[in-house]
Amino acid sequence: MDTVYHVMDVLLPFDFLRYTFMKNALIAMLLLTPLLSLLGTMAVNQRMAFFSDALGHSALAGVGIGMLLGVENVTLSLVMFGVLYAVLVSTVNRSGAATKDTTISVFSSMGIALGLLLLSRGGKFSSYSSLLTGDILSIGQQDLLWLLVGLILGVVFWAALYNRLLVSAVSPELAESRGIRTRWLEYAFAILVAVAVMLAIRWVGVLLINALLILPAAAARNVSRSAAQHALLSVLFGLVSGIAGLVISYVMNTGVGAAVVLCAGLIYFVTLLIRSFTTK
Amino acid sequence: MNVSEILHRNQLSQCRLCRISVNDLSVSREGDTLLSHVSLHVHCGRLTALVGPNGAGKTTLIRALLGQLGYAGRVEHQDAQGHRIGTIRTGYVPQHFPFDRQMPVTVEDLMASLIAKRPVWLGVSEKTRAHIREQLTLAHGESLLKRRLGALSGGEMQRVLLALALDPLPDLLILDEPVSGVDQNGQGIFLELVEELVHNYHLAVLLVTHDWALVRRYADDVVLLDKTVRAEGSPDEVFASEAFAELFPAVRADTV
Repeated sequence: MDTVYHVMDVLLPFDFLRYTFMKNALIAMLLLTPLLSLLGTMAVNQRMAFFSDALGHSALAGVGIGMLLGVENVTLSLVMFGVLYAVLVSTVNRSGAATKDTTISVFSSMGIALGLLLLSRGGKFSSYSSLLTGDILSIGQQDLLWLLVGLILGVVFWAALYNRLLVSAVSPELAESRGIRTRWLEYAFAILVAVAVMLAIRWVGVLLINALLILPAAAARNVSRSAAQHALLSVLFGLVSGIAGLVISYVMNTGVGAAVVLCAGLIYFVTLLIRSFTTK
Repeated sequence: MNVSEILHRNQLSQCRLCRISVNDLSVSREGDTLLSHVSLHVHCGRLTALVGPNGAGKTTLIRALLGQLGYAGRVEHQDAQGHRIGTIRTGYVPQHFPFDRQMPVTVEDLMASLIAKRPVWLGVSEKTRAHIREQLTLAHGESLLKRRLGALSGGEMQRVLLALALDPLPDLLILDEPVSGVDQNGQGIFLELVEELVHNYHLAVLLVTHDWALVRRYADDVVLLDKTVRAEGSPDEVFASEAFAELFPAVRADTV
């Protein structure tokens, strides 16, 4: 790790990177944003923005339940809960008991309520408030390792699923007729998104995680013609927002997550403008 | 590379299948009879038009042939010597292909994602691209490779759907009102393309349509369906049949 820090000192001799916590935060951004942005392209194509939003909100419940069960490792309890939650929401959605947005609303509010209930016991919620806005500046080396493993595994699974996901995003009927089992594919993707979101959520925050997943991909979609462009631009927008947000928050002494998301939002509106000028 | 070269190279100019026999096929659901004792043949190298009023069970018959629903009766495939063949490949061009037109996906992306292992966002290999080009050429759509799916016209989309249905090359090609929403000129171009495939590759084609002019111009055989087969034969024979007059009283046989 010291070598990495040293290389960063040489290559990036910026004032804000003097501190180790800033170096760690930058590394975290470089690991987090590409995976979220890649997965985001399909979340946008599959119209899952609302699902991932609910997933983020439910993280509170994940932490609460983990604490109740005495799980020491917060990341572990988040990931386990996220996977369970994703499977549950997908199953209820598939049953067609109600429209998708209704089901997701129910799950989303239940997740928040359960989380608040568990975490506010004994009036101690304030010690968890960093979950809401994220705390990337406190990320440690151990956590960075988790993110690295998450990034590698995430991209591997993503590469394995992508082509089938793309066909089913264009036409589920076509996918089924070619022997693609869209049902399992849907589960697999929901779980993948859940793991990525849960790995990132402590650093980005419950309130802002969905923006990091959806905004770069939505912006890239405005100005892309092909799947490759969509993926490339989404990762680029994610990285730029992450790094720019970090710098801005340092200079202006504000929260990191909010600055990152505002950068991503700005990029989104710029691409929207470009799109409206080019499609006339 | 032209169509016959591609077919020749794939050694598919000789069709192994000769005809598809549907024997006494019935489908009912929740007490309603959707199809009752349907028997018909679809021959290779011929374009068979399936016509009938709305609710006649045309879509049900197609879904049965595609294996998408259960049925009573038999569907058999025979080669030129009359021997039975177990399974055949069936290509299908749907009537509607609804999709999100804003999606950044090109024709190449979609076709590659169906056949390639490498994720499309990492690019398409030369081998895959060559294969896709061939498929598009069969459907006279080679210029559409890099076009965005949502930017295609109705006729162009039909060609892409045909290219998809031709990969892998099928024994039976089912076209479910493939030219609805395409202008007159586009319909003609599309069916001439299908006719070319029928003759070059000896494909069996089943075409569902409401367009009598297309039936007269392009169909070799016609099957008139209304829950069961009401008439079959050449276009002239079917248009002159009593069943046709009964089911389509507003259409005069001598004007179609």
